[in-house]
Amino acid sequence: MNNEPQINATSDSSVVGPPKNTVGVGGWLKTNLFSGWANIILTIVSATIISYVVFHTGKFIFLADWTVIESNFRLLMVGQFPLEETWRVWAAVFLISALLGSSWGLWRGVMRHVTLVIAGLMVFSLILPFIQTNTRLILVGNIICIFLFYIIGRKVTKLKIPVLLLWILFIPLVISLFNGFGILPKVNSNIWGGFLLTLLIASVAIVCSFPLGVLLALGRRSKLPVVKWFCIIYIELIRGIPLITILFVFQLMLPLFLGNSIEVSNVLRVMVGFTLFSAAYLAENIRGGLQSIPRGQFEAAHALGLNSTYTMGFIVLPQAIKAVIPACVGQFISIFKDTSLVAIVGLTELLGMGQKVIANPAFLGKNMEVFLFIAFIYFIFCSLMSYVSRRLENTLGAGER
Amino acid sequence: MKKISFVFMSCVLVVLLTLTGCSNEDTGGKESGDSSNGSSGSSILSKVIDNKKLVAGVNDELPGFGYIDESGKNVGFDVDFARVLAAGAIGDAEAVEFRPLSAQERFTAVQTGEVDVLIRNTTWTTNRDSEVGLNFAPTTFYDGQGIMVRADSGVESLEDLKGMRIGVDTGTTTELNLADQMRALGIEHDAVVFDGQDAVVAAYESGSIDAWTTDKSGLVARQAVMENPDDHKILEENLSKEPLGPSVKGGDDKWFDAVNWMVFATIQAEEYGITSKNVDEFLESENPEIRRLLGTEGNLGEQLGLPKDFAYQIIKQVGNYGEIFEKNLGAETIFKLDRGLNALHTDGGILYSPPFR
Repeated sequence: MNNEPQINATSDSSVVGPPKNTVGVGGWLKTNLFSGWANIILTIVSATIISYVVFHTGKFIFLADWTVIESNFRLLMVGQFPLEETWRVWAAVFLISALLGSSWGLWRGVMRHVTLVIAGLMVFSLILPFIQTNTRLILVGNIICIFLFYIIGRKVTKLKIPVLLLWILFIPLVISLFNGFGILPKVNSNIWGGFLLTLLIASVAIVCSFPLGVLLALGRRSKLPVVKWFCIIYIELIRGIPLITILFVFQLMLPLFLGNSIEVSNVLRVMVGFTLFSAAYLAENIRGGLQSIPRGQFEAAHALGLNSTYTMGFIVLPQAIKAVIPACVGQFISIFKDTSLVAIVGLTELLGMGQKVIANPAFLGKNMEVFLFIAFIYFIFCSLMSYVSRRLENTLGAGER
Repeated sequence: MKKISFVFMSCVLVVLLTLTGCSNEDTGGKESGDSSNGSSGSSILSKVIDNKKLVAGVNDELPGFGYIDESGKNVGFDVDFARVLAAGAIGDAEAVEFRPLSAQERFTAVQTGEVDVLIRNTTWTTNRDSEVGLNFAPTTFYDGQGIMVRADSGVESLEDLKGMRIGVDTGTTTELNLADQMRALGIEHDAVVFDGQDAVVAAYESGSIDAWTTDKSGLVARQAVMENPDDHKILEENLSKEPLGPSVKGGDDKWFDAVNWMVFATIQAEEYGITSKNVDEFLESENPEIRRLLGTEGNLGEQLGLPKDFAYQIIKQVGNYGEIFEKNLGAETIFKLDRGLNALHTDGGILYSPPFR
């Protein structure tokens, strides 16, 4: 502030600078926070509240005893996954690092941002105080893996199809790996837990519900009455039932209906429940997108001689889906957070694991620390998803029209 | 078009593979379960012995009774009784598959056969024994609902709680018990309902409620970790009787008997002074009762459908009742629970095992 008159004086004394009270920090504060008596009161009140909250949160964070996270970090991440089988989880992480790296090299664009954010997350985990040394080494390995595959992806463009295939097969591959492919001893799904289970349920629900949602949306607009009414009834029925009820039905009623002859794993039951639930909501989102496509697009496609399948597949759907990316990602984020509900049907995802950790007599009363840590993880991953969706919108130019 | 159909086919493939990937394990597990049922009756006991695996429904969020330690191992008082059953029936205390159950789903899980035994701080009540269709094995822990107040509040008995704000955890029987007891005594009070015990304790510590209630074992555990444990006290009176023990599906006498006598074995062993450390010396014992218990004489094990040395394995691998109690709830732990009612009948408690003969 003090320098401003001097700069003016040395450059050209005839040029008058802007009024002092509109530039610099003081000016910004005046125009934005203290421009009238109402704003002054609002600023003071909110500043007091914010500083109170920040001060006490900060005090808690720095004074709290975080050993509960330190000693239970493994539990929170992978649950009771046996120590000697943890390499399977790491194998999955390495696979995803390799896929991310090569996709970055092959496609750039959105993949670059996704990969860099995930690599950043790994670097961040490196500096966390409670990470064990061998975990640090594996993380470093993963970061190297990402960049190695980035270089490979840039050089070898032929990899596009195999990488795409691997992405598609990724979840089944990971689940079969945990099941041991029939060769290795299987790690029963009832001990998959912690953040690993959260990610598995969320990603299966997201990946499977999307195609299902597209089909339901198309079915609801179909001219065939049976298909149309089936889709309408399905969508309205599912949307009329709370997710908790669906989970309870799948968890408790299904065994009663099926009797003793067919036994389905808990985790699978929950995954199916989430997929069916999410598909109904996605279908409505996508239907919204379909309705936003003007008739002219259909007519133009017909004029070019495309049949209705081609019209849908090449002209209408791509535009419709592009238009509803924000709504769909919103649905995905809510599914990711809703996985915390499986804690009440006896599965131990991140939140359930947290509740178990605080039941340990050694950490009794440490609930705030654990819940804050869990909230932090949820926050990171939800922001990551919305960040990716914003990038995706930019790349596809959805917002430009 | 090629690309579209490729994408579509891959989506279908993903869904299919995911489903099959998940269900693989279960078809495997189920088949073995079925074949064993066919070969030797339909008792859960033979299923457990043939599969070499006991599926126990437990609580893993209750300090002292069932929780997961830092290394990911299930530990606790109830969990140890699941190990007792596995050690007795299979001969391996580690052959337990723990199925964490919520309070809502626990009975369905027993009825549908999802778990072989329920050891999840479940109170033995008439309704659960009859209509819910469970069979309750001997009580392993006699609990009772208590009330915690601040030491300087001057409250000595339930009558002194008149007009006070008492915190309870919603959806549990504690809420009902409190209302019942206070109505019976004609004491006006203000019950404040919270979701979860952590919330109740937080409210109590911040002073917004004057007292709070839950099972006494829970009160003791919480008191131990409060900032100044001496500032609080637990009233002598019990609001309710809470006999907690293992329960199995009704109508399977073989399994029920086996569970009963495996639990009795831990109590009888304590009465004889047999512990996991000295059990080998007792193998040489001349006392015919001890010889029958440990299976060095007679065939009590076989009569129950259990291995001959089931009691020996239980004591050797897990310990007698006293050892299990001390390890999880006793003076060495933060709970420092008194044996109280849970002492042997010879020590003023009500633990009593029928004779092994």
